[in-house]
Amino acid sequence: MFKIEERSSTVDSKGKIQVELHRGAEYPHRLNFYDKPPLYDVSIEEFETSALDRLRILAEIESSAARNRTWEETKTVTSIQCEKYLPLKSSNALGVDKEAQRRTDHLGHFVLRLAFCRSDELRRRFVKAETTLFKIRYETDDSTERESFLSARDFNWIAVDQAEKEQYQKQLLSYLGRSEKESDKYYKVRWTRVPDLVDKRKVFLKGGWAYVPSREQSSIVYQEFETHLERDLLATSRYMPRLDEDTRLGGILDNLSQGFLAGVSSEWSAAPGDIGEGIRAEMVDDLAAKHFPMCMRNSHQRLRADHRLNHFGRLQYGLFLKVLGLSVEEAIIFWRKSFDRINDDTFNKMYKYNIRHSFGLEGKRANYPAKSCQQILTSGGDPGCPYRHFSPENLQSALLSTYGAQGLTSTDLYEVMNTVKGGHFHVACTRVFEMTHSSSGVKKGDGIGGGESVTHPNQYAARSMELAKAQEEKAMMVLA
Amino acid sequence: MSDKVSREILEVFYGRLYPFKSIFHWLNHEPIPSDLFLKREIAFNLPDDVIIRYNSFNDYDEFKKQVCKLAPTRFEIGPVYTSRPRDRKTARKGTFNPTHRELVFDIDMTDYDPVRTCCSDADICKRCWSFISAAVRVLDTAVRDQFGYTHLLWVYSGRRGIHLWISDKEAMALTDDQRKAIVSWLTVVPKDETKKLNVRFGSRTLPASLQTSLDHLAEIFTELILHDQDVFASDKGFEALLKRIPDARVVDSLETQWRSSSSSSFEKWKDFKAEIKHYAKGTSQRAALMAAMEDIILLYTYPRLDENVSKKRNHLLKAPFCVHPKTGRICVPVDPERIEEFDPEAVPTIDQLLSELDTVAKAAEHHSDWERTSLKPYVDMLDRHNQSIMDEARKEKRGASADMSW
Repeated sequence: MFKIEERSSTVDSKGKIQVELHRGAEYPHRLNFYDKPPLYDVSIEEFETSALDRLRILAEIESSAARNRTWEETKTVTSIQCEKYLPLKSSNALGVDKEAQRRTDHLGHFVLRLAFCRSDELRRRFVKAETTLFKIRYETDDSTERESFLSARDFNWIAVDQAEKEQYQKQLLSYLGRSEKESDKYYKVRWTRVPDLVDKRKVFLKGGWAYVPSREQSSIVYQEFETHLERDLLATSRYMPRLDEDTRLGGILDNLSQGFLAGVSSEWSAAPGDIGEGIRAEMVDDLAAKHFPMCMRNSHQRLRADHRLNHFGRLQYGLFLKVLGLSVEEAIIFWRKSFDRINDDTFNKMYKYNIRHSFGLEGKRANYPAKSCQQILTSGGDPGCPYRHFSPENLQSALLSTYGAQGLTSTDLYEVMNTVKGGHFHVACTRVFEMTHSSSGVKKGDGIGGGESVTHPNQYAARSMELAKAQEEKAMMVLA
Repeated sequence: MSDKVSREILEVFYGRLYPFKSIFHWLNHEPIPSDLFLKREIAFNLPDDVIIRYNSFNDYDEFKKQVCKLAPTRFEIGPVYTSRPRDRKTARKGTFNPTHRELVFDIDMTDYDPVRTCCSDADICKRCWSFISAAVRVLDTAVRDQFGYTHLLWVYSGRRGIHLWISDKEAMALTDDQRKAIVSWLTVVPKDETKKLNVRFGSRTLPASLQTSLDHLAEIFTELILHDQDVFASDKGFEALLKRIPDARVVDSLETQWRSSSSSSFEKWKDFKAEIKHYAKGTSQRAALMAAMEDIILLYTYPRLDENVSKKRNHLLKAPFCVHPKTGRICVPVDPERIEEFDPEAVPTIDQLLSELDTVAKAAEHHSDWERTSLKPYVDMLDRHNQSIMDEARKEKRGASADMSW
């Protein structure tokens, strides 16, 4: 897929080969129809990071749709995310490497095509998210730049001449909205290219031709983008089995599509020395009741009720507590107290090693990160993610008994259960977060700050504790 | 199940009367079996609700043989798939998908129950057929004029409805999204009858496509709704009408008037129009009421489509010339130009056809015995329709080198 382009190689003093590409301005426009694949060498890191960054944005778009955000909200949230992970500046922006930005955008798109062409489901979702992203960029694009982008590509529309316009003047006028006067220009395309406009009865139809006013021109562009991408993905999927591929890529691609299916992409990582520093074993009960997401609450309750927890439960919960800020000494105390039906000997023999191991003090001494939502969701249950792995009845009663004290009522459940039914587990979790933190001023759609969805249990807990702290400080201020 | 038609009768019907060749031409668009036929799903409905799906055939002989062998109560036509339906299990997972299909519409009398007074449910009479003929007029014009399709086949469904099959090349290739769009374009009466018609922005004029239909429907409305069906004569009838009027003062005045003495629908409609004239021209109240009046006409007369039939390519629909199991009537093609004259009661039944066969010379069994029965004009109609489809397909093949595609 990626061919080697003309390039010159020089060997520098250390014997390393320097590769330079000789290209002109390859990306004259901010918008891209992705007609041509990237034909240059990329490093494996670039291959992966460009895709991961793009995936974060697409996942945010998907969850926006699942959360019924309005178009304006989706646009704002996505623009914020784009700014963070995949900035793409207009051509007249100064002081930024526009070529590099556009190259990343281009590359990321094509890497994700490889990852998402494999099944109908993935293709459908990818096309939807990509088209939304394109729409957002199109709408926010500078109008003159957009003009030049449009004229650079043949959209195969026929401009309606004056005589024809006059002939159908009355009919054309009847499709315009209340506040609109006359549209100056019309473009004629087969109606099949603008089904969305036909669906809403917004264009004049004659003999199968749709007369699209210039204001709705974007519909043609979006539709073209969508059908183009659909067709290309299908073609890619047919070529996939014949891809003479580097074994390094397969893993990356698998991983990418996995993340998208679970609805999450970003690996949340707590900055070292995060808010939870210095948590002691006896504080866990209290914290669990106030700040833990459903999965960890479930683990905690089970631990308290049964005085035991299975291996994966210990691993998942233990790592979560570690990242929360429980030191190894406190962790040992915590687990020792929790397993109060066994004697010291058994504990030391069977569990202490594992606890120390998870802190990187035994064995290969790796500092294991806490499990992310993606890992928990795809773990196959037990303990798993309650939103995914509990039966609906079980989940409802569990949610009520767990969060009832924090203001979750049975009327809220309807919405949560609907999202669960739709398979948007992280959205359900995010909604529960919003509902149970409304007293701290969290509104619907805020998510865990800036509209972001929950993608990691620790992120949930950290944000919850942060909010509580802020409120405490506010209360102190008032008192003072 | 008390189906009227026995297996023996069906065997004779399929063996001697069913026009397989015409159906084959109609589905295939050319004389030699193409993908349109080879990869087409035919589903058989057997007694006791048994359905055999995913049959496909190499040619029409094989098709006929199988139908005669199974003698299904009816069979249905599905889409053209990426590979032959009968070999679908050998296709790679996820690669067996519908690609082409006639664009189909189904209008059923049951959807009109809230606005017809003569019959209800499965019953149909010549009077309520007027609803169907009004719908056919509107839909036929809309599809030809707005969407530019020309190969339209209207087929009586055997009891209380009518189907439309569109075989134009573009129509065959429509995706599910596009089918959904065309259905929305042609849907005016909301599924929930109490909702407002979503046809205009505020009280602006109607979009041109509906304005054209309205001109025709206004006449139908007077004839059918006001005179023939007399829909607003009953309390229930006029209460429904009052709910559609957006002006509280007018509603009050009309209600007291209509409650005190009974009057015909025509009188009531006149009362309503008189109320509108109370407001001076150009006032917003008048504009709103005029818009409401147009909406009411559309609500009572505009075609009501069974949208699920049209929206998905893989929806099965009963083939023309099948026998309706309850009425025994043949699902014959209907000429839209003469739809008003069509009488569902006059459509030949299977019993009638078989007795016609008995009266003609009992000589040798002939393969196109339908020529000697009252089925003939209907088969001829389909053949003429096929001729125009096949002419176009041939022209296109010849002109394939000189590409004229848009």
